[in-house]
Amino acid sequence: METKSGGNLEAVLRAGHFAITGELGPPRGANVEAVHKKAAYLKDKVDAVNITDNQTAVVRMSSWATSLLVIQDGLEPNYQMVCRDRNRLAMQADILGAYAHGIRNMLCLSGDHQKFGDHPHSKGVFDIDSIQLIAMVRRMRDEGKFLSGEDIDTPPRIFIGAAANPFAEPFEWRITRLAKKVAAGADFIQTQCIYNMEKFRRWIHLANEEGLTEKVFILAGVTPFKSLGMAKYMKNSVPGMDVPDHLIKRLQGAKGKKGAIAAEGIKIACEQIQEFREMKGVAGVHLMAIEWEHKVPQIVEQAGLLPRPRVDGGNGGAPAAGE
Amino acid sequence: MIIAHRKPLEEIVEMLGQLNPVLVLGCGGCTSICLAGGQREAEQLAADLREDYGNRGGQLEVNTYTIERQCNADFFADIDRLAGDYQAIVSTACGAGVQFVAERYPRLPVLPALNTDFVGFDKDVGWYEENCRTCGDCVLGETGGICPVTRCAKSLFNGPCGGTRADGTCEVDPDIPCAWFEIHKRLREQGRLELITRVRPAREWQNQIRRTVIQEPYRERYGK
Repeated sequence: METKSGGNLEAVLRAGHFAITGELGPPRGANVEAVHKKAAYLKDKVDAVNITDNQTAVVRMSSWATSLLVIQDGLEPNYQMVCRDRNRLAMQADILGAYAHGIRNMLCLSGDHQKFGDHPHSKGVFDIDSIQLIAMVRRMRDEGKFLSGEDIDTPPRIFIGAAANPFAEPFEWRITRLAKKVAAGADFIQTQCIYNMEKFRRWIHLANEEGLTEKVFILAGVTPFKSLGMAKYMKNSVPGMDVPDHLIKRLQGAKGKKGAIAAEGIKIACEQIQEFREMKGVAGVHLMAIEWEHKVPQIVEQAGLLPRPRVDGGNGGAPAAGE
Repeated sequence: MIIAHRKPLEEIVEMLGQLNPVLVLGCGGCTSICLAGGQREAEQLAADLREDYGNRGGQLEVNTYTIERQCNADFFADIDRLAGDYQAIVSTACGAGVQFVAERYPRLPVLPALNTDFVGFDKDVGWYEENCRTCGDCVLGETGGICPVTRCAKSLFNGPCGGTRADGTCEVDPDIPCAWFEIHKRLREQGRLELITRVRPAREWQNQIRRTVIQEPYRERYGK
């Protein structure tokens, strides 16, 4: 199959399979074993795994370095890059290096503001924004040119991802912003964690009406609740997150036996995944089991997403050779 | 207008060290208007310094003088005569004014009494808001007169990010309106949303190297 990147995630999506991506947060240190341990839970359970980039603006092992470690484990990384920490020189240099080492997917993000992290008074770079980053990667890949317009000797072939939050205000503008990301060159979209299914249905309906879902693969974001406390935190303290009361009540109703709330959280996530599979315009799910990677095999199994497809032209998650 | 506020007294005292006598030089420009460095504030600072030294059993000889502006040589005739009588000048001008004074009296320690905050406007009496980062490439014509470089915490050109709160405020602070929420609202009301529908390409930053502006009629005079 012809793909832009030669990667597995792209091949799975282009073959029409319902894709699943996972997430792996790098360690706060050089703990290689911690990465391999998390990767082992995800192996053969997801088509690619997002490697977060100093998420919540807290210093961690770098995203590209952790991506290389999971390639060793036979997982395909989706290398996240935020605009907060590096300028256009560093970004382009890292993209070339990442591709040279076999990274085939990127998720282009603005990044959580440094104010939320462990170095709140650091200087945020924001030389370019996430949409400009998407356009830059596309230009590097399709035109073989740096942002400056100069030629690249062996352009990086990257499957370009972007994020979308269907729940942040202004709601009506969120589809326009999605359209801007598609116009800039996004090949796939991973959404913010979805809890308000009704609002998400409205969003995806608009995306279908605008013809956007024919141009971009949309992976619906799913984060299972581990506890009632987490659900309440998501509802009350995370801007742009929309957690309906009926889900909180449902978790409260599961109180009792040890692990009952977590089991209910997983059940809710699996029900969501079923709905997404039947929803027009949704090409897959992005499962963000935050610091809960060991539950991914169970969730993916319970959601009926196993075994993962092997697609010709994809690398089945195996490391791609540098070119 | 440039907005500034006074540094903590301890920091000014520490900078002064053994320097004595001292001239507190007030500025009648921006820092006077924002109630941080005009004649009244310069005299208040001098009084605070005297009291502080006195409380510690010392004595600081300190005088004040306020000129119309500290960023133009035309206003310095009196200070040129006085400066030699002091071991230091404490300037209550903005960062530009302090540097102008320091350049004019290169053998004299010139110390800042203020922290210069931003270019902004008066929201109300004694209440100032930052509105311009002097980026050198103004986009206000396309963003409904709301600056995304200054007012968006991530300086996005294709916002808003996913962190806009339900009430239209920024994720970093519930007291700060999301710039892109406001831009969208204003352009929608003007029926001009098409201005922000297309992808705005990466900008060429103009404020990374010290800038000089010479008005056209003066180019010949300066040989530029």
